[in-house]
Amino acid sequence: MDVILFLIFATIAVVAAVNVVVQSHPISSAISLIGVMGSLAVLYLLLGAEFIAAAQVIVYAGAVMVLFLFVIMLLNAGTETRQSKSETAHLLGVPALLVFALLLAYFIRSQPDSGVHFGGFTGGSAQAVGRALFTTYLLPFEVTSVLILIAIVGAIVLARKEI
Amino acid sequence: MQPVSTIHYLVLSAALLLIGTVGVLTRRNIVIILMSIELILNAVNINLIAFSHALHQVTGQVFAIFVITDAVAEAAVGLGILIALFRNRETLQADEIDLLKW
Repeated sequence: MDVILFLIFATIAVVAAVNVVVQSHPISSAISLIGVMGSLAVLYLLLGAEFIAAAQVIVYAGAVMVLFLFVIMLLNAGTETRQSKSETAHLLGVPALLVFALLLAYFIRSQPDSGVHFGGFTGGSAQAVGRALFTTYLLPFEVTSVLILIAIVGAIVLARKEI
Repeated sequence: MQPVSTIHYLVLSAALLLIGTVGVLTRRNIVIILMSIELILNAVNINLIAFSHALHQVTGQVFAIFVITDAVAEAAVGLGILIALFRNRETLQADEIDLLKW
């Protein structure tokens, strides 16, 4: 059951992610990105991270994507014009990709391999995450709140009329 | 059928990272570039939560919350910059915004 669910939702995530990149219209990309976020939330549930899965759906698929769709509609972003690709990108890209893939395979193989099954780790409840967040990681949490305040002020200043 | 392991999640994360990087490097529409950055940040989150499951520690999930928060702040500021840019230059194509190019 775990294997089937993982395969289904990992496939959906990868296909939708490819769709985000290859679609020429931003609206189609945004809808595909919502698919990626939703399937990743299911994968987080399989890993026992209930709170993150809920936050993923609410924050990413809800708030962030509405923001993206709002800006796309506001700016009326049309389809982009294709241009000719550069020659050096073709020459350097394939070897660089191969080297990167080899390095990645080496590092992934060197990780400790442990089986993942649903219910194998139950420390992802809102209680457990909240306890770690408000005791051990209280200072990073407060710093993050300052970061959000800066982002709010920055977004308001940037979106004003006279800039 | 082979059971799912942490390796599978790492491979999925690497795939999303590569797709997001390709999107950032090849697309010219700035909105799609920002969406590709969101893909890359989600790849990071998969890694953190997979290791949280493998090591039986909740720390990875706490850091995933911080990554989500940073992604939201980045999206808000990025789209604010985009609106200001569009108001001045009337374009969303990254290669047409070359004011600082020499």
